[in-house]
Amino acid sequence: MIIQESMLVQSQREIAHNIFEMKLQGKLVQEIQAPGQFIHIRVSEAFDMLLRRPISIASIDQENDEITIIYRAEGDGTRSLSKRNEGDRVDVLGPLGNGFPVEETNAGEVAYLIGGGIGVPPLYELSKQLTAKGVTCVHILGFQSENVVFYEEEFKALGETHIVTVDGTNGTEGFVTTVMQNLSEQFATYYSCGPQPMLKAVQEMYANKKGYLSFEERMGCGVGACFACVCQTTERAEANYIKVCSDGPVFPAGVIAI
Amino acid sequence: MNRLSVELPGLHLKNPIMPASGCFGFGQEYGKMYDLSLLGAIMIKATTLEPRLGNPTPRVAETPSGMLNAIGLQNPGLAGVMENELPWLEQFDVPIIANVAGTETADYVEVAKVISTAPNVQALELNISCPNVKEGGITFGTDPLIAEELTAAVKAVSKVPVYVKLSPNVTDVKEIALAVERGGADGITMINTLLGMRLDEKTGKPIIANVTGGLSGPAVKPVALKMIYEVSQTVDIPIIGMGGIMNVQDVIDFLSAGASAVAVGTANFVNPFVCPTIIEELPGKLDELGVEHISELVGRSYRS
Repeated sequence: MIIQESMLVQSQREIAHNIFEMKLQGKLVQEIQAPGQFIHIRVSEAFDMLLRRPISIASIDQENDEITIIYRAEGDGTRSLSKRNEGDRVDVLGPLGNGFPVEETNAGEVAYLIGGGIGVPPLYELSKQLTAKGVTCVHILGFQSENVVFYEEEFKALGETHIVTVDGTNGTEGFVTTVMQNLSEQFATYYSCGPQPMLKAVQEMYANKKGYLSFEERMGCGVGACFACVCQTTERAEANYIKVCSDGPVFPAGVIAI
Repeated sequence: MNRLSVELPGLHLKNPIMPASGCFGFGQEYGKMYDLSLLGAIMIKATTLEPRLGNPTPRVAETPSGMLNAIGLQNPGLAGVMENELPWLEQFDVPIIANVAGTETADYVEVAKVISTAPNVQALELNISCPNVKEGGITFGTDPLIAEELTAAVKAVSKVPVYVKLSPNVTDVKEIALAVERGGADGITMINTLLGMRLDEKTGKPIIANVTGGLSGPAVKPVALKMIYEVSQTVDIPIIGMGGIMNVQDVIDFLSAGASAVAVGTANFVNPFVCPTIIEELPGKLDELGVEHISELVGRSYRS
């Protein structure tokens, strides 16, 4: 069920340049069904920054009613969010959308988790859940530069991790596909979240594999009512737009026209 | 006595609060969050004769105290709304106002004829003011003669009262209001969104794929109040007011300006529970103002 809640800020810290990690506590954590779901945060009590911001969930701790979000303070809204401190309250709507299907990979199988930039966070909880059920996770994480790399150690603790930066300042120089070219295709499933060009490249490279992609689009309501965040499906049939917020954000590879 | 009840042509409202068309889908999403029977009415998303896929994305952009949208009337079409959306809404004790859109008069007439027969549709809202479609929409709402003729054509076939939604993107909104009144409109809803645009700070290009979008939210409230103030003193038919209503005080302002009931739009995206919250707060506000019944507030800005 979707809940609107004033969640308690447990902690807030800058973990890379303009990349913030915030821990939030509240009852809606119990409603989360899958990694890859997101929350919709009101960044200002005033009306100046009106719309909520969709932010993915990086880690779920249902025992302590706590979630971790990781976001880039890029615009006025997220910069305002980055000013919140421990003990503050944040107006959160969630959990929203459908997440990554953990059940699509069996114990003993290998999964590739491919993330780009601020698309990396939801893969962390996904990896934790897959690893816990006995799946071997291989992480391929792309960033612009060394100063915006985050959670390298956390992912390494869960499994094989390849860092790639566009400028080569950390790990391999290039894009996630640069690393993927040199990896075996002996895996059962891939899961990916990041910018659309990256999702397109990943989907093309693994065209014959089972995969799940998480999409992003500008949203209004976040719950499926406003029809702002639609995307086009590959089936050019009638009503071939579906909503990222409520039908996604995760879709099986091949469903969305990229 | 229900202090919040409002009587309008075709509409017996238990309170004057309704979600505005285009901001509430066909109710299913918000229906999962609260009991829609709490609402005065629901203005459902625009229905066109054939299904519409709408505009390319991005379709929304935030602006200071507002937002731009260019959804482009995406909807499942008349048959889809009649088969899937309206029957689902019958489980709630709430009148439905069906927003009717089209690209030519015959479309409007056909949609109005059929949708007005649905058991829970108590009124139509004639959409002659959508700024985001190339054909139809606003072109019907900026020419008085065309607006009058379209209103009359729809009135002739509709089984329920017809409200006409006016655009603020005109030189003199009173002229259009008088025209639709002459055409037989039972009421007016106003305002639709104001045309606007926002540019990407890095590229300098428009953010909305449609280039322009309709501006809504608190930023447009002063424009809406001014237009309702003018139109309510010009025509004899009632007005359902909208444009940036975020809270109970905004509702009081719109009634004071001359609206008999209000619709809440963009605020639903900010707070999905905004409509039931406002409804809950209204009686206290009436006490504060020393008013027994909400109707006493209508038009007090100009009443002697």
